[in-house]
Amino acid sequence: MTYIIAQPCVDLKDRACIDECPVDCIYEGTRSLYIHPEECVDCGACEPVCPVEAIFYEDDVPDEWEAYFSANVDFFDDIGSPGGAAAHGVIDGDHPLIAALPPQNTGEL
Amino acid sequence: MTTNPFRVAIIGAGPAGIYAADLLTKAERDFEISIDLFERLPSPFGLVRYGVAPDHPRIKGIINALIKVLDRGDIRLFSNVEYGADISLGELTDRYDAVIFSTGCFVDAPLELPGVDLPGSYGAADFVNWYDSHPDVAQIWPLDAQKVAVIGNGNVALDVARVLAKQADDLHTTEIPEHVYEGLKSSRVTDVHVFGRRGPAQAKFTPLELRELGQVKDVDVIVYPEDYEFDEGSLAAIESNNQTKQVAKTLTDFTMREPTGAKRRLHLHFLHAPVAILGEDHVTGLRTERMELDGSAGVIGTGTFTDWDFGAVYRAVGYAGTALPQLPFDSGKRVIPNHEGRVVDAADQASAAEADVVQGVYATGWIKRGPVGLIGHTKGDALETIGHILDDRAAGVLTEPVHPEDSAIVELLESKGVDYVDWEGYHRLEVAEKSLGEAEGRERVKIATREAMLAEARGQVRSATGSHS
Repeated sequence: MTYIIAQPCVDLKDRACIDECPVDCIYEGTRSLYIHPEECVDCGACEPVCPVEAIFYEDDVPDEWEAYFSANVDFFDDIGSPGGAAAHGVIDGDHPLIAALPPQNTGEL
Repeated sequence: MTTNPFRVAIIGAGPAGIYAADLLTKAERDFEISIDLFERLPSPFGLVRYGVAPDHPRIKGIINALIKVLDRGDIRLFSNVEYGADISLGELTDRYDAVIFSTGCFVDAPLELPGVDLPGSYGAADFVNWYDSHPDVAQIWPLDAQKVAVIGNGNVALDVARVLAKQADDLHTTEIPEHVYEGLKSSRVTDVHVFGRRGPAQAKFTPLELRELGQVKDVDVIVYPEDYEFDEGSLAAIESNNQTKQVAKTLTDFTMREPTGAKRRLHLHFLHAPVAILGEDHVTGLRTERMELDGSAGVIGTGTFTDWDFGAVYRAVGYAGTALPQLPFDSGKRVIPNHEGRVVDAADQASAAEADVVQGVYATGWIKRGPVGLIGHTKGDALETIGHILDDRAAGVLTEPVHPEDSAIVELLESKGVDYVDWEGYHRLEVAEKSLGEAEGRERVKIATREAMLAEARGQVRSATGSHS
């Protein structure tokens, strides 16, 4: 079980969650942040600090963003478990679902 | 040219202390830094080891992140060293440029209630210490009551209620040692009643913690429709806060459940304020007052009282900080008075912003801001404190220690006969606990006494397999 990050984060990446995560399991892609499903310990510290309510426990993801569960999990297929986002650094790229999106959350809509 | 690194002592090796050490080593700077971490118990990790419930192994996994920090080898650990008893403030300031207190909150917050001192009235922190096998508490816990009350509506209240209601065999897969298992196994409990004085939308527990109750084997969770009230303030909270929304949703699910005839029941009561613990020589019950919502998510008493029969009452109304020798303390807020992490010479936190700074002394974590927030919140706290330490160093307001040598602290502890445990010692303890667990197909079994922990940490136990029983 894990928390996941959905659409409101895309192109916004506030990063408040990164400061809260006690196990440093929130990784940064080009357009979105991603929670590592195996490194996450389900503590829930990230969810309330997200200013745009992008973070959900996996059972509570709204239907419209259901696909973000696989996007979060599959994002790490090639990356594996680096065991710490800070040391790993920003990851060049995104999950295809997110990479294919037109610009999001720019505040200009 | 100064040749000595900037020396920082951190008192308390729970998450607050370890995150502060980690963030300090990673801070942007152009000088060398040297950090020594002190812990009064033989093992570090504070409430992650002695507060998180044993059936929450994922959260306990935070220990692995903390281990990674200490495994780097650039922070020295001195466990089994008690501030105030083994080492004084002056001895620290003589050896360090800055001292950070991260001693946390680990005792029960006081609750003024008639009957609170009766036998059978327990603080949640004491019970948590027992089931988490804290080395400084007795190994026996009375679990002879059939009906038990838990006062409080936070995660600790739910932890206590769940551990009380859960079958001992379902906890035997965790790290609990044998005496805790045997104690829980002997429990006569059939009904655990949790009381919150406010409404369901004002509960402090988190959605996951609540949902977990619904999955405990052979326990029926009961929510009473008459307690299940939402006023406009509550509805606004549900609308605006995702967590409150999830809590309300889970509670709604619980109200619709049919009892399955399980052996134990866990009752969640809202809008019941405890007013007295009843009994003459021992707890026999609890008196509560019916509350009602005032429209803006507050509550007011209705003057209607209920007497409940209970054989034990647990108070889970929060943790509180403990005063430390030679340091100011706000006995109301139970924190070290500080201004953004700089300890100040004030009697209370309210006047901290105007008070004089105690030079070179800082605070972080729960002893700085009180017992609120999840473990991760302590990182932001540490960043604030560390920022001020670096500013104070840059401003030249810190006094250089008179004994700045690397070996000064070791020499002092040895001259005083303090039997400290270093990081290698912790690893030996961990290996011992894991091998105890392995024998039973468990991840780990905790070693529960100071003597046994210290013996393992010193490597004085002859055989890792033969001498534990």
